Amino acid sequence: MQPWPWYVSGPLIVLVMALLILMGKRFGMSTNLETMCSISGAGRFVDYFKTDVKSKIWSLMVVLGVVFGGFLGANLLSENRGVAISESSVTTLNELGFSSAGKAYLPSELFSLESLSNPFTWVILLVAGFLVGFGARYAGGCTSGHAISGLSNLQLPSLVAVLGFFVGGLVMIHLLFPLIF
Amino acid sequence: MRNFSYLLVGTFFGIVLYKSEAASWFRIYEMFQFDAFHMYGIIGSAVVLGILFVQWVKRSKAKSFKGNDITISEKKKTFVANAIGGILFGLGWALAGACPGPMYTLVGAGFLPVLIVLLGALLGTFVYGLLKSKLPH
Repeated sequence: MQPWPWYVSGPLIVLVMALLILMGKRFGMSTNLETMCSISGAGRFVDYFKTDVKSKIWSLMVVLGVVFGGFLGANLLSENRGVAISESSVTTLNELGFSSAGKAYLPSELFSLESLSNPFTWVILLVAGFLVGFGARYAGGCTSGHAISGLSNLQLPSLVAVLGFFVGGLVMIHLLFPLIF
Repeated sequence: MRNFSYLLVGTFFGIVLYKSEAASWFRIYEMFQFDAFHMYGIIGSAVVLGILFVQWVKRSKAKSFKGNDITISEKKKTFVANAIGGILFGLGWALAGACPGPMYTLVGAGFLPVLIVLLGALLGTFVYGLLKSKLPH
Protein backbone atom coordinates (compact mmCIF):
# COMPACT_ATOMS: atom_id res chain seq x y z
CA MET A 1 0.00 0.00 0.00
CA GLN A 2 1.23 3.49 -0.90
CA PRO A 3 1.63 6.29 1.66
CA TRP A 4 -1.52 8.34 2.15
CA PRO A 5 -1.68 11.88 0.70
CA TRP A 6 -2.28 14.86 2.96
CA TYR A 7 -5.92 15.27 1.92
CA VAL A 8 -6.65 11.78 3.22
CA SER A 9 -4.42 11.98 6.31
CA GLY A 10 -5.53 15.39 7.63
CA PRO A 11 -9.27 14.53 7.64
CA LEU A 12 -8.56 11.13 9.25
CA ILE A 13 -6.62 12.82 12.07
CA VAL A 14 -9.63 15.07 12.70
CA LEU A 15 -11.82 11.98 12.72
CA VAL A 16 -9.72 10.70 15.64
CA MET A 17 -10.22 13.99 17.49
CA ALA A 18 -13.95 13.96 16.70
CA LEU A 19 -14.38 10.38 17.92
CA LEU A 20 -12.58 11.11 21.19
CA ILE A 21 -14.68 14.25 21.78
CA LEU A 22 -17.89 12.32 21.03
CA MET A 23 -16.69 9.66 23.47
CA GLY A 24 -16.59 12.43 26.08
CA LYS A 25 -12.79 12.74 26.08
CA ARG A 26 -10.16 14.91 24.47
CA PHE A 27 -7.41 14.56 21.90
CA GLY A 28 -3.95 15.10 23.41
CA MET A 29 -0.93 12.83 23.39
CA SER A 30 1.64 14.44 25.67
CA THR A 31 -0.51 14.25 28.82
CA ASN A 32 0.22 10.53 28.74
CA LEU A 33 3.88 11.27 29.49
CA GLU A 34 2.69 12.89 32.72
CA THR A 35 0.56 9.85 33.53
CA MET A 36 3.52 7.53 32.89
CA CYS A 37 5.60 9.61 35.32
CA SER A 38 2.82 9.26 37.90
CA ILE A 39 2.68 5.50 37.38
CA SER A 40 6.47 5.29 37.76
CA GLY A 41 6.13 6.84 41.22
CA ALA A 42 7.10 10.44 40.41
CA GLY A 43 4.39 11.58 42.84
CA ARG A 44 6.62 10.49 45.74
CA PHE A 45 9.08 13.24 44.81
CA VAL A 46 6.90 15.91 43.21
CA ASP A 47 3.31 16.73 44.13
CA TYR A 48 2.61 17.69 40.50
CA PHE A 49 2.49 13.98 39.65
CA LYS A 50 0.03 13.03 42.40
CA THR A 51 -2.87 12.51 40.07
CA ASP A 52 -5.68 10.02 39.82
CA VAL A 53 -4.17 7.59 37.35
CA LYS A 54 -7.42 5.62 37.08
CA SER A 55 -9.13 8.55 35.36
CA LYS A 56 -6.47 8.46 32.66
CA ILE A 57 -6.47 4.76 31.82
CA TRP A 58 -8.60 5.47 28.74
CA SER A 59 -5.82 7.66 27.34
CA LEU A 60 -3.17 5.02 27.99
CA MET A 61 -5.37 2.61 26.05
CA VAL A 62 -5.27 5.06 23.15
CA VAL A 63 -1.46 5.09 23.41
CA LEU A 64 -1.35 1.29 23.42
CA GLY A 65 -3.46 1.41 20.28
CA VAL A 66 -1.14 3.95 18.65
CA VAL A 67 1.79 1.58 19.26
CA PHE A 68 -0.16 -1.31 17.75
CA GLY A 69 -1.26 0.90 14.84
CA GLY A 70 2.39 1.70 14.15
CA PHE A 71 3.11 -2.02 14.05
CA LEU A 72 0.26 -2.65 11.60
CA GLY A 73 1.14 0.36 9.46
CA ALA A 74 4.77 -0.66 9.14
CA ASN A 75 4.41 -4.42 8.82
CA LEU A 76 1.07 -5.11 7.12
CA LEU A 77 0.17 -1.94 5.25
CA SER A 78 3.46 -0.91 3.65
CA GLU A 79 5.84 -2.61 1.22
CA ASN A 80 8.40 0.11 0.85
CA ARG A 81 9.45 2.10 3.92
CA GLY A 82 11.27 4.81 2.00
CA VAL A 83 9.77 8.28 2.37
CA ALA A 84 9.86 10.17 -0.92
CA ILE A 85 10.77 13.62 0.37
CA SER A 86 11.60 16.43 -2.06
CA GLU A 87 14.87 16.37 -4.00
CA SER A 88 16.11 19.56 -2.39
CA SER A 89 15.61 18.11 1.14
CA VAL A 90 17.50 14.97 0.06
CA THR A 91 20.36 17.16 -1.19
CA THR A 92 20.67 19.23 1.98
CA LEU A 93 20.42 16.10 4.15
CA ASN A 94 23.11 14.34 2.11
CA GLU A 95 25.35 17.35 2.68
CA LEU A 96 24.75 17.02 6.43
CA GLY A 97 25.75 13.35 6.27
CA PHE A 98 22.30 11.71 6.21
CA SER A 99 22.81 9.31 3.31
CA SER A 100 19.56 7.45 4.08
CA ALA A 101 17.46 10.49 3.04
CA GLY A 102 14.79 9.47 0.53
CA LYS A 103 15.42 5.73 1.12
CA ALA A 104 14.21 5.14 4.66
CA TYR A 105 11.35 6.00 7.02
CA LEU A 106 13.75 7.32 9.68
CA PRO A 107 17.44 8.21 9.21
CA SER A 108 19.55 5.12 9.92
CA GLU A 109 22.23 7.53 11.17
CA LEU A 110 20.12 8.15 14.30
CA PHE A 111 17.53 5.37 14.55
CA SER A 112 19.28 2.10 13.69
CA LEU A 113 20.58 -0.25 16.37
CA GLU A 114 24.11 0.15 14.93
CA SER A 115 23.93 3.92 15.40
CA LEU A 116 23.53 3.32 19.16
CA SER A 117 27.17 2.20 19.40
CA ASN A 118 27.99 5.89 19.07
CA PRO A 119 27.45 7.79 22.37
CA PHE A 120 26.68 10.93 20.31
CA THR A 121 23.46 9.27 19.10
CA TRP A 122 22.32 8.67 22.69
CA VAL A 123 22.94 12.32 23.59
CA ILE A 124 21.00 13.56 20.53
CA LEU A 125 18.03 11.24 21.17
CA LEU A 126 17.88 11.97 24.90
CA VAL A 127 18.18 15.75 24.48
CA ALA A 128 15.59 15.78 21.68
CA GLY A 129 13.15 13.76 23.81
CA PHE A 130 13.82 15.93 26.85
CA LEU A 131 12.99 19.11 24.90
CA VAL A 132 9.78 17.55 23.58
CA GLY A 133 8.66 16.38 27.03
CA PHE A 134 9.65 19.53 28.92
CA GLY A 135 8.42 21.86 26.17
CA ALA A 136 5.06 20.13 25.78
CA ARG A 137 4.27 20.40 29.49
CA TYR A 138 5.52 23.98 29.75
CA ALA A 139 3.55 25.00 26.64
CA GLY A 140 0.47 23.11 27.91
CA GLY A 141 0.24 20.69 25.00
CA CYS A 142 1.88 19.27 21.90
CA THR A 143 0.96 18.96 18.25
CA SER A 144 -2.28 17.11 19.01
CA GLY A 145 -3.35 19.17 22.03
CA HIS A 146 -2.40 22.62 20.72
CA ALA A 147 -2.03 22.47 16.92
CA ILE A 148 -5.07 20.27 16.26
CA SER A 149 -7.38 20.43 19.31
CA GLY A 150 -6.53 23.94 20.45
CA LEU A 151 -6.57 25.63 17.04
CA SER A 152 -9.80 23.79 16.20
CA ASN A 153 -11.31 25.43 19.26
CA LEU A 154 -9.82 28.84 18.24
CA GLN A 155 -7.65 29.05 21.35
CA LEU A 156 -5.22 31.97 21.40
CA PRO A 157 -2.77 30.16 23.76
CA SER A 158 -2.59 27.37 21.19
CA LEU A 159 -1.78 29.81 18.40
CA VAL A 160 1.05 31.23 20.53
CA ALA A 161 2.31 27.70 21.27
CA VAL A 162 2.14 26.60 17.62
CA LEU A 163 4.05 29.72 16.52
CA GLY A 164 6.60 28.74 19.19
CA PHE A 165 6.77 25.19 17.76
CA PHE A 166 7.66 26.66 14.38
CA VAL A 167 10.19 29.16 15.71
CA GLY A 168 11.93 26.34 17.60
CA GLY A 169 11.81 23.99 14.61
CA LEU A 170 13.17 26.58 12.20
CA VAL A 171 15.99 27.50 14.59
CA MET A 172 16.89 23.82 14.99
CA ILE A 173 16.91 22.97 11.28
CA HIS A 174 18.42 26.14 9.90
CA LEU A 175 20.79 27.33 12.63
CA LEU A 176 21.61 24.34 14.85
CA PHE A 177 21.65 21.38 12.40
CA PRO A 178 24.78 22.67 10.61
CA LEU A 179 26.50 22.91 14.03
CA ILE A 180 25.29 19.53 15.34
CA PHE A 181 25.68 17.34 12.25
CA MET B 1 -15.49 -2.80 26.62
CA ARG B 2 -15.07 0.98 26.65
CA ASN B 3 -11.34 0.52 27.03
CA PHE B 4 -11.44 -1.62 23.92
CA SER B 5 -13.02 1.24 21.96
CA TYR B 6 -10.18 3.55 23.03
CA LEU B 7 -7.71 0.90 21.93
CA LEU B 8 -9.42 0.81 18.52
CA VAL B 9 -9.35 4.60 18.11
CA GLY B 10 -5.68 4.59 19.09
CA THR B 11 -4.90 1.80 16.62
CA PHE B 12 -6.58 3.78 13.86
CA PHE B 13 -4.61 6.89 14.84
CA GLY B 14 -1.35 4.91 14.86
CA ILE B 15 -2.01 3.62 11.34
CA VAL B 16 -2.84 7.14 10.13
CA LEU B 17 0.33 8.57 11.67
CA TYR B 18 2.44 5.89 10.03
CA LYS B 19 0.77 5.89 6.60
CA SER B 20 0.58 9.70 6.39
CA GLU B 21 4.35 9.74 7.05
CA ALA B 22 3.71 12.38 9.74
CA ALA B 23 5.77 10.02 11.93
CA SER B 24 8.75 10.25 9.57
CA TRP B 25 11.75 12.29 10.74
CA PHE B 26 12.34 13.18 7.09
CA ARG B 27 8.88 14.73 6.66
CA ILE B 28 9.44 16.99 9.68
CA TYR B 29 12.80 18.11 8.29
CA GLU B 30 11.21 18.76 4.90
CA MET B 31 8.43 20.79 6.54
CA PHE B 32 10.88 23.10 8.32
CA GLN B 33 12.80 23.47 5.03
CA PHE B 34 9.52 24.51 3.31
CA ASP B 35 10.37 21.94 0.63
CA ALA B 36 6.93 20.33 0.38
CA PHE B 37 3.28 21.04 1.11
CA HIS B 38 2.66 17.58 2.63
CA MET B 39 2.83 18.36 6.38
CA TYR B 40 1.19 21.78 5.94
CA GLY B 41 -1.62 20.06 4.04
CA ILE B 42 -2.10 17.51 6.83
CA ILE B 43 -2.11 20.04 9.67
CA GLY B 44 -3.99 22.69 7.68
CA SER B 45 -6.80 20.40 6.50
CA ALA B 46 -7.06 18.94 10.01
CA VAL B 47 -7.41 22.39 11.57
CA VAL B 48 -10.00 23.62 9.03
CA LEU B 49 -12.15 20.51 9.47
CA GLY B 50 -11.51 20.59 13.22
CA ILE B 51 -12.85 24.16 13.46
CA LEU B 52 -15.99 23.11 11.56
CA PHE B 53 -16.48 20.10 13.84
CA VAL B 54 -16.03 22.07 17.07
CA GLN B 55 -18.41 24.78 15.83
CA TRP B 56 -20.96 22.08 14.96
CA VAL B 57 -20.64 20.54 18.42
CA LYS B 58 -21.10 23.92 20.10
CA ARG B 59 -23.97 25.21 17.94
CA SER B 60 -25.97 22.00 17.73
CA LYS B 61 -25.31 21.24 21.41
CA ALA B 62 -24.40 17.75 20.25
CA LYS B 63 -24.38 15.02 22.91
CA SER B 64 -21.66 12.44 23.42
CA PHE B 65 -22.26 8.82 22.34
CA LYS B 66 -23.40 8.15 25.92
CA GLY B 67 -25.87 11.05 25.71
CA ASN B 68 -23.97 13.46 27.98
CA ASP B 69 -23.27 17.14 27.32
CA ILE B 70 -19.95 17.78 25.62
CA THR B 71 -17.59 20.30 27.16
CA ILE B 72 -14.54 21.30 25.14
CA SER B 73 -12.10 22.75 27.64
CA GLU B 74 -10.37 26.07 27.08
CA LYS B 75 -6.58 26.28 27.11
CA LYS B 76 -5.02 28.24 29.99
CA LYS B 77 -3.90 31.72 28.95
CA THR B 78 -0.31 31.36 30.11
CA PHE B 79 1.21 33.12 27.13
CA VAL B 80 4.81 33.27 28.39
CA ALA B 81 4.73 29.53 29.05
CA ASN B 82 2.97 28.82 25.75
CA ALA B 83 5.70 30.74 23.90
CA ILE B 84 8.83 29.51 25.74
CA GLY B 85 7.52 25.96 26.08
CA GLY B 86 6.46 26.04 22.45
CA ILE B 87 9.93 27.07 21.28
CA LEU B 88 11.61 24.35 23.38
CA PHE B 89 9.11 21.81 22.05
CA GLY B 90 9.82 22.93 18.48
CA LEU B 91 13.58 22.50 18.98
CA GLY B 92 12.97 18.95 20.18
CA TRP B 93 10.35 18.18 17.52
CA ALA B 94 12.77 19.05 14.72
CA LEU B 95 15.71 17.18 16.28
CA ALA B 96 13.76 14.04 17.22
CA GLY B 97 11.67 14.32 14.06
CA ALA B 98 8.72 13.21 16.14
CA CYS B 99 6.22 14.63 18.58
CA PRO B 100 4.65 12.45 21.30
CA GLY B 101 1.99 10.69 19.15
CA PRO B 102 4.43 9.57 16.44
CA MET B 103 6.91 8.42 19.13
CA TYR B 104 4.46 5.71 20.22
CA THR B 105 3.78 4.84 16.57
CA LEU B 106 7.47 4.45 15.81
CA VAL B 107 8.05 2.15 18.78
CA GLY B 108 5.31 -0.09 17.38
CA ALA B 109 6.85 0.15 13.91
CA GLY B 110 9.96 -1.41 15.40
CA PHE B 111 12.34 1.56 15.70
CA LEU B 112 13.71 0.68 19.13
CA PRO B 113 16.07 3.72 19.47
CA VAL B 114 12.87 5.82 19.71
CA LEU B 115 12.55 4.34 23.22
CA ILE B 116 15.54 6.54 24.17
CA VAL B 117 13.65 9.59 22.83
CA LEU B 118 10.63 8.53 24.92
CA LEU B 119 12.85 8.14 27.98
CA GLY B 120 14.13 11.67 27.36
CA ALA B 121 10.54 12.91 27.02
CA LEU B 122 9.61 11.30 30.35
CA LEU B 123 12.64 12.92 32.00
CA GLY B 124 11.68 16.29 30.49
CA THR B 125 8.13 15.89 31.79
CA PHE B 126 9.45 14.99 35.25
CA VAL B 127 11.84 17.96 35.36
CA TYR B 128 8.99 20.29 34.34
CA GLY B 129 6.92 18.99 37.26
CA LEU B 130 9.93 19.54 39.51
CA LEU B 131 10.53 23.14 38.38
CA LYS B 132 6.97 24.25 37.62
CA SER B 133 6.62 26.65 40.56
CA LYS B 134 9.93 28.36 39.70
CA LEU B 135 9.20 28.91 36.00
CA PRO B 136 7.50 32.01 34.56
CA HIS B 137 3.98 31.21 33.29
